[in-house]
Amino acid sequence: MKLHRAEEIWLIIGIGIIALSMVITGYQAFAQGMAPPSGMETIDPQKVDQTTPFDNPGIFEIGENEYEVVMILQAFSFTPNEIEVPVGSTVHFTMTSRDVVHGFQVAGTNINAMVTPGHIQKISQTFDKPGEYLVLCNEYCGVGHQMMSTTITVK
Amino acid sequence: MELVKEKPFGKMQQALGVNPKDARLSLTYFTVSFIALLIGGFLGLFQGLNRAGLMELPTWFDYYQTLTTHGILLVLVFTTTFVIGYFYAGISHTMGGLLPKVRKFGWTAFGLLVIGVVFVATTVAMGNASVMYTFYPPMQATPLFYIGLVFLVVGIWIAAFGVFINVANWRRNHKGQHIPLLSFFATGVFVLLVLGSIGVTIEVLMLIPWSLGWTETINVMLSRTLFWSFGHTLVNIWYLTAISAWYVAVPKIIGGKLFSDAITRLVVILLVILNIPGGFHHQIVDPGITEGWKFIHVFMSLSIGFPSMMTAFAMFAVFERAGRRKGAKGLLDWFKKLPWGDVRFLAPFIAMVAFIPAGAGGIAQTNNQLNQVVHNSLWIVGHFHLTLGVTVALTFFGITYWLIPYLSKRKLTPKINKLGIIQTIIWTIGMTFMSGAMHLVGLLGSPRRTSYTTYGDNATALSWDPYLIFLAVGGTFLIVGVVLMVYIVVNLMFFAPKGNTEFPIGEPEADVLSTPKWTERWGTIIILLILIVAMGYVMPLTDILNVPGSPPFRTW
Repeated sequence: MKLHRAEEIWLIIGIGIIALSMVITGYQAFAQGMAPPSGMETIDPQKVDQTTPFDNPGIFEIGENEYEVVMILQAFSFTPNEIEVPVGSTVHFTMTSRDVVHGFQVAGTNINAMVTPGHIQKISQTFDKPGEYLVLCNEYCGVGHQMMSTTITVK
Repeated sequence: MELVKEKPFGKMQQALGVNPKDARLSLTYFTVSFIALLIGGFLGLFQGLNRAGLMELPTWFDYYQTLTTHGILLVLVFTTTFVIGYFYAGISHTMGGLLPKVRKFGWTAFGLLVIGVVFVATTVAMGNASVMYTFYPPMQATPLFYIGLVFLVVGIWIAAFGVFINVANWRRNHKGQHIPLLSFFATGVFVLLVLGSIGVTIEVLMLIPWSLGWTETINVMLSRTLFWSFGHTLVNIWYLTAISAWYVAVPKIIGGKLFSDAITRLVVILLVILNIPGGFHHQIVDPGITEGWKFIHVFMSLSIGFPSMMTAFAMFAVFERAGRRKGAKGLLDWFKKLPWGDVRFLAPFIAMVAFIPAGAGGIAQTNNQLNQVVHNSLWIVGHFHLTLGVTVALTFFGITYWLIPYLSKRKLTPKINKLGIIQTIIWTIGMTFMSGAMHLVGLLGSPRRTSYTTYGDNATALSWDPYLIFLAVGGTFLIVGVVLMVYIVVNLMFFAPKGNTEFPIGEPEADVLSTPKWTERWGTIIILLILIVAMGYVMPLTDILNVPGSPPFRTW
């Protein structure tokens, strides 16, 4: 099996793209803390309401300009909904599903996470710009999936 | 023009060729493929129109039933039946006919697939399985839906074993020879189908007792992971099928020679070995999989890009050599020498060109952080309408123009060729609009698998509407393309003038080096595949084996 010189160069470029992708993705994930949401904690989906912290969902100030939102997703709503935080605050979302698989996406941000029953999913975001952000479920969850939305108001 | 000229068949081809019994089998498969394309295409149009806010769907067949059926018909039925029909014809042609036993396997598989499709389609139509083709638990469809899936899987396996038996028999009778290249592709595809479907089979076998109420709960993450070990493999099976026509048939159609037998086989082997763990890139924002494993799996997904780079090089090398053989001079003159008026070339050519942005988009979105931007948005739908809807579909259409008349002992007339070119152009315009709009609006955050909604007149959601109109415009072009294609298929099957059509099989260059023996060692290839799967899956699976189970839900 013999490769043409031009093909060798072409394939080295290919390997270069793959290697560069790996380096950038790895650097962003592990050096800059931008790894994708990967909550490893589990929870019994039949006992969500009795399990801390989901027995008391809501917005909690946990530091200066730092909030934790404990959120339950269910067909077809978010609890709590219509969240409001000041500009510049960092929000840590701790989420689980009471029923089927849902998606948690905030348009205009990089918040995008699957929320599956049985797991506790976590994602954080700093809201630097004021505005009303659209929160929506981006995994088909049933007949009312297109209605499953709320907002985060940053002011 | 070249198409209507009676081409003398080479010595090789005279000895081989599909017999009427094999032809009937493949034609039957293709009939189902294009019925699926027709129905699935219309359902796609309805969705596009709904999504743009232009059409309300009836409650007795709502958006999510439409979407589930569209997905199942095009993602499962169109592709699977086409792949089997095509490779059974290819094996029959290159291996001197199917063994009678194998033909029976082909018919048995067909029967099982039809039963499976009827079960699945009926349960969806009756509103008992609006669960999408991904059927993620704990949404629970009626047991008949999952039982239908079992018929589909068993059908696919029987078709695969038919291929293995035929290939093994040929190898016994042709000691020391390489399997014909097209049959080599077929072997790779069906090895991948069997091994890639093991995960989803285990999933379905867990879902059936759960749907019957025999088990109370289901492990959601485990099910998702098993599903995607198959889902992603399936995508690459279509791709591998498409490139088999690029490597084997296209060189002959353009009057060129094979790129390199050895390198082609290496591409097949790499795609077969590296494929299955790619499924993890569908789960980059899932819980239950560690950041470390998600990072490692970026490599598994990107590695499939390597053989695709080899393919890109090979294709343009074949084009250039063919053009120069026809007297092209200078740097790019060869490009003009390509048979642009021949739909058998134009359709797969556009398919290849589409794979440049499609493949680049795929590489981008498999990087973890970029994936988080587009995951489950319409971007993804745009991506697979570019890969499946253009690269795979247009290649399959390109095959249709010669394979169906070859099987039906008819000829592609200049008129139908011209109609084919119009079809190809309409299809390309439609997909450009639709996939383009989906990519852009997805980047802004518009979600996939969601019927028309403004989320209570939310300003952000309203700003997506103009893009969604373009989506509907693209869909309208595409339905014209679907109808034209089905008309062409009916013509080629039943009405085109009688005659002999060539099965284009590229020939090697004169000064070709011999292909290494190790390319025939399928045992080693399968062991390597299993090792890669084990490396990719064992550790992540141990993390999700003991997730607390979910009871069933019916949310539609």
